[in-house]
Amino acid sequence: MPLSKDEVRRIAELARIGISDAEARAVQAQLNDIFELIGRMQKVDTEGIAPMTHAQGSALRLREDEVTETDRRELFQSLAPQKDAGLYLVPKVIE
Amino acid sequence: MLNASLKELSAALAQKKISSVELTRLFLGRVEKLNGSLNAFITVDAEKSLAQARAADERIAKGATQPLTGIPVAHKDIFVTQGWLTTCGSKILSNFVGPYDAHVIERFNGAGAVILGKTNMDEFAMGSSSETSFYGPVKNPWGQAYVPGGSSGGSAAAVAARMAPAATGTDTGGSIRQPAALSGLSGLKPTYGLVSRYGMIAFASSLDQGGPMAKSVEDLALLLNVMAGFDPRDSTSVERAAEDYRRELDKPLAGLRIGVPKEHFGEGLTADVGKAVEAALVQLEKLGAKRIPISLPNSGLSVPAYYVIAPAEASSNLSRFDGVRYGRRAKEYRDLADMYRRTRAEGFGAEVRRRILIGTYVLSHGYYDAYYLKAQKIRRLIAQDFVEAFKRCDVVMGPTSPTVAFKIGAKAADPVQMYLNDIYTIPANLAGLPGMSIPCGFGRDDLPVGLHIVGNYFAEAKMLNVAHQYQKATDWHKREPAGIPP
Repeated sequence: MPLSKDEVRRIAELARIGISDAEARAVQAQLNDIFELIGRMQKVDTEGIAPMTHAQGSALRLREDEVTETDRRELFQSLAPQKDAGLYLVPKVIE
Repeated sequence: MLNASLKELSAALAQKKISSVELTRLFLGRVEKLNGSLNAFITVDAEKSLAQARAADERIAKGATQPLTGIPVAHKDIFVTQGWLTTCGSKILSNFVGPYDAHVIERFNGAGAVILGKTNMDEFAMGSSSETSFYGPVKNPWGQAYVPGGSSGGSAAAVAARMAPAATGTDTGGSIRQPAALSGLSGLKPTYGLVSRYGMIAFASSLDQGGPMAKSVEDLALLLNVMAGFDPRDSTSVERAAEDYRRELDKPLAGLRIGVPKEHFGEGLTADVGKAVEAALVQLEKLGAKRIPISLPNSGLSVPAYYVIAPAEASSNLSRFDGVRYGRRAKEYRDLADMYRRTRAEGFGAEVRRRILIGTYVLSHGYYDAYYLKAQKIRRLIAQDFVEAFKRCDVVMGPTSPTVAFKIGAKAADPVQMYLNDIYTIPANLAGLPGMSIPCGFGRDDLPVGLHIVGNYFAEAKMLNVAHQYQKATDWHKREPAGIPP
């Protein structure tokens, strides 16, 4: 089922990517081409096939509960667009 | 020196025929001369490189050397590098200076290698032509109207034009092998889990794998010796004893069983590429190998499954780029939600935005089973095809890419055509198998053709053996692009 322009806009909103009407129209056609390609999967019977996450199995390695990271707060915060007193600053969200 | 192998460079350094500082200056000079036209590097920092070279010279003077000590290596700009701008080809990271080293960078630094610079690439490694970079397209040294392949196209162009003795790349759907093929190089994507993903900016975590790109298979083995190894900071890193990947290089090929999948020689393959690959198989038969016709029946489902799994994982991984903790934030915005929307609309290029949208959609409420889960089941079928194949053969071979290099701009407007470039390489990523590409001739417009070799899990030494024996009997890998000044 082809995606409508409104659906493209809804997906962009979920992805937090701003999109203009003109862009939504252009992307709509490309996404529908891609979903037509992807749609070839649907004809295949996969009943009883276990999904594969990646090649090394799905069991995660466990480790001792110990401190492995050093404090690099200042270094990491030096990369932030806006910060103050050790905090990352964002536009006000609570009135 | 520009054409010397890593082994020859290492010997020249040990015998004091050249110092690391001189060698580094030589390649920095090449970069200065050629990068304006090829655009292979995003960042070069001569002072940092030369400081490392001086340290390497001191190490050589003390006799404390390893095979790569003092040798300059170019790194794909996807590897976070301490003190170096690390952009991943994106505007959103155009101000991001690495606060630490990726595991791969640590390994090269530990071996005493010199960082020559950071290479250009498709934005966030999403592409097969190195055209989606915010920093402009990379040109193919074999013909500057052509793409070098991608996403590791900057690394490919750098080595092909002899601007670097060797380079690193990453491969999610073919991003080491396809540019190696299109640029006349040797490139290896290791078994998933062999090279740590720590500090390798994530695209699709269940598929991403770093690997080497070089002029010869012997060089690849030396580079893999440095890159491979367990790292607890990568949850899918495999704990295995260290191997010397050179150990089988000289074994004869008598009795080698080469599986040739009929699905990789059908519709879409151009005649020039098919002819060069066929000639390579004949050459390998002369060296004692046997050809076994095989089938990978689910091969045709690889591209559809990949374009669900990779964008799904990318949409999740790239959610971290929100303009809060690092990277570029939009200048003007009304509120928090608007800040996110503008930062990401301005910071990501068209292809990255497209893939995030695909991934967001297939993971959204109500569609997960139909897309992501379905793709993961098909992934299992594709992996099982190889399990069956490797019961009857030692390696699988075919073309790396259906065509030789195409013109810059030729496929840029049609994502589906661009995606089909990786039709032969994607199955190995989905299955997690090692794959490589080596030069095996020339096609249309005298552009290089790559032979694709897939091995069983952790069979890198065997694949390198096969490829090295082929390179001992042929000289395709020694050809240099015409039109690049000596």
